[in-house]
Amino acid sequence: MRVIEAILDVFRNPQFYSITLTASTPLIYASLGGVFSEVTGVVNIALEGIMLMGAFVSTAFAYYTGNPWIGILMAMVVGVGIAWLHAWASIKWWGDQIVSGTAIILIAQGITGFLMKPVFGQVGQTDLEKFKMIKHITKDINPIIRPIKLPFPENSFLGQAFGTISPLVILAFVSVFIGWFIIYKTTLGLRMRSVGENPEAADTLGVNVYRIRYFGVLMSGVFASIGGAFLSVGDTGIFKELMTGGRGFIALAAMILGNWNPIGAMFASLLFGASEAFANQLQSSKLIEVSSSVKPLFNMVPFIVTLIVIGGFIGKTRPPAADGIPYKKSE
Amino acid sequence: MYEEYAVVMKGIVKRFPGVLANDHVDLFVRKGEIHAIVGENGAGKSTLMNQLYGLLHPDEGEIYVFGKKVDMKGPRDAIRNGIGMVHQHFMLVGNLTVAENVVLGSETTKGGFVFDLREARKRVKELSEKYGLHVDVDAKIEDIPVGMQQRVEIIKTLYRGAEILIFDEPTAVLTPQETEELFEVMRRLKAAGKTMIFISHKLNEVMEISDNITVMRLGKVTANLITKETNPREIARAMVGRDVVLRVEKPPHEPKDVVFEIENLWVKDNRGLDAVRGVSFKVRAGEIVGIAGVAGNGQSELVEAITGLRKIEKGKVTLLNRDITGLDPRSLRNMRMTHIPEDRLKYGMVLQYPAYYNMILGKHWWEPYSIRGFLNHPAIFEDSKKLFEEFDVRPRNINMLGGNFSGGNQQKIVVAREVSSQPKFIVVAQPTRGLDVGAIEFIHKTILKLREQDVAILLVSMELEEVFSLSDRILVMYEGEIMGEVKPEETNFEEVGLMMAGKRLEEVRS
Repeated sequence: MRVIEAILDVFRNPQFYSITLTASTPLIYASLGGVFSEVTGVVNIALEGIMLMGAFVSTAFAYYTGNPWIGILMAMVVGVGIAWLHAWASIKWWGDQIVSGTAIILIAQGITGFLMKPVFGQVGQTDLEKFKMIKHITKDINPIIRPIKLPFPENSFLGQAFGTISPLVILAFVSVFIGWFIIYKTTLGLRMRSVGENPEAADTLGVNVYRIRYFGVLMSGVFASIGGAFLSVGDTGIFKELMTGGRGFIALAAMILGNWNPIGAMFASLLFGASEAFANQLQSSKLIEVSSSVKPLFNMVPFIVTLIVIGGFIGKTRPPAADGIPYKKSE
Repeated sequence: MYEEYAVVMKGIVKRFPGVLANDHVDLFVRKGEIHAIVGENGAGKSTLMNQLYGLLHPDEGEIYVFGKKVDMKGPRDAIRNGIGMVHQHFMLVGNLTVAENVVLGSETTKGGFVFDLREARKRVKELSEKYGLHVDVDAKIEDIPVGMQQRVEIIKTLYRGAEILIFDEPTAVLTPQETEELFEVMRRLKAAGKTMIFISHKLNEVMEISDNITVMRLGKVTANLITKETNPREIARAMVGRDVVLRVEKPPHEPKDVVFEIENLWVKDNRGLDAVRGVSFKVRAGEIVGIAGVAGNGQSELVEAITGLRKIEKGKVTLLNRDITGLDPRSLRNMRMTHIPEDRLKYGMVLQYPAYYNMILGKHWWEPYSIRGFLNHPAIFEDSKKLFEEFDVRPRNINMLGGNFSGGNQQKIVVAREVSSQPKFIVVAQPTRGLDVGAIEFIHKTILKLREQDVAILLVSMELEEVFSLSDRILVMYEGEIMGEVKPEETNFEEVGLMMAGKRLEEVRS
């Protein structure tokens, strides 16, 4: 059985694990953002749009300044800005959160597509060398955040899998822990959870429902934009049109599968990341010949895994009771 | 001024569009007493209390708390003045623990940011022990019974330093035994010097627990009574403005053949849990079978399953010797089963429809209302007008939208429609919820008239008095099971109350 041999081979290959981490990281950030928003009761399907903007803005600033960290920073600023739009529409004006989120996704796709030419001087996909030529830049630009080396023996399995790693990957896990701590161990987190579950009760106790929900949504903007930026300046160093390719939605699925808990969402993100890495490795396996016309089928694996897992588990998770319901003060 | 009073509300006026909810109301509550405020729905009790708790602002009038004039802009001002409210619909967060719910909004912290759960648990335990309010500090709200949830609400007010506690219809959701426990707690709070305001329309409870009574009717205070020197009849007269028959006259009537029967019925609730667990009973022609129980013990699911609104997992339902298990509501209606639903606004009528359409909903495909698939408006108008007269629906305007009638008249429309469909079997759920005494009287009479006409009647009600006065047989439901069957003349509130709390008849009587 060549196929089984090929599958086993994937799991034996350290590269599979390093790709899993790379593929999971954007999902971890974005699903953490989703948790922050939905725990306070605001559904945020705009994650996909915020990620795309994060990827675009970080690339633009990395190219112009030569410092990808500035790119990340600006992505966060813009992410908060877009999230603020969503908060404004759905908290302040009780708008439908799905409609507002969808609008933001479409706006983000439109804006990033339109700005390709004016910002990078090219369409479809950025190319650093071409960009330097167009803008007459001669100095060296490194658009990718420099990976760091971990003290694993070079030739060991761990060394090959995790020896060189992007600081953004480590930061993702740190963020998850901090997010968990905020939500479950602080007074702010207690109030966030109360507002997502029974805003009226929280209100009668003097908790400012609107302010807490704004905080949750804005934080989702911070994390989702870093997740998007990781795709560009954290990994490939280029921006492609629509490069998020539905990862915002998979992050939502990870959030649900993780039962609206940052740690759960992280594990779910790792599962989806692993399925992406698996599909990626299997189609280039030397043990089976995959004709190029079939390869797109492999790219469906993460989505199929999502469907199966969500279909199988969704009944067992429990969203915050007031998730998606705008809060109107009575009277 | 007013030093001897905990609360003084003077000349309170509150207007809502088209309604004078409080018309120069005066309220005097002495320190350390339990003061009852009674009145029918819409008498203005809740409006008055919401002003005391800062949820509403009076248009005119003054409020004094412990002799000090106050102007409250919100609940936080009320809390600062030592006022706490135990809401009728609990203000609790389901997925948080008891301790977390108590401290929410005024949390114990370590360094201002990190939540100090240990300290919160300690404080809640202290309060719980001090006042005999037994709670499980680490349980999630959604996992504890209603009685305990109410104790959490009380602890919440005490944690915030309340000296004056407002109880808004606290017994509506409790079994008789839980009510007794609540009264125990209230007596202990009184001994500790707290002042309590108790809102209710259950006269026997008011007589038992209060020191003084303020009666309200149509936004005005109609009587200030001292509990020891009054009686339920006098209170009722002040509430309604006339003498009322507090007990329904039920003539003897011999039931005929079995019309409706269920055997070993199992039904799931919305969360997929078993809500009705193996229930069996029969209803005969000319008989009223009452189902008693605390809300949420499977009654709603039972009614929905019987009337074809919810899937039956297991069991058999028979109507007039025909197996009707799993039939849809339309077929059931064609077999002359009708249904007065517990939530009239959601299932009883279409609020945006004029009354004449509401009068034919569910039989609109019958002749003469519909001929070859077209509505026959002249017949619809004519019958609606007739029913409006017969059931005394006010105003007599069949063109008015369903949502614009008062609660009592909406219920009359629903009752008129269901009763006029010539039922053989009728399911009546919570028929008098939220209605005033006059409308209750009318609906009780209508139900008894159906019994005379040999209709089989299943009555589901959370009001124990109603079940007792109307039913020929009472079944008590607890967690989806029937705890026992009793005849109203052979039992009492205490026995039924114990069954409502989960004891089987055999256990109660042994």
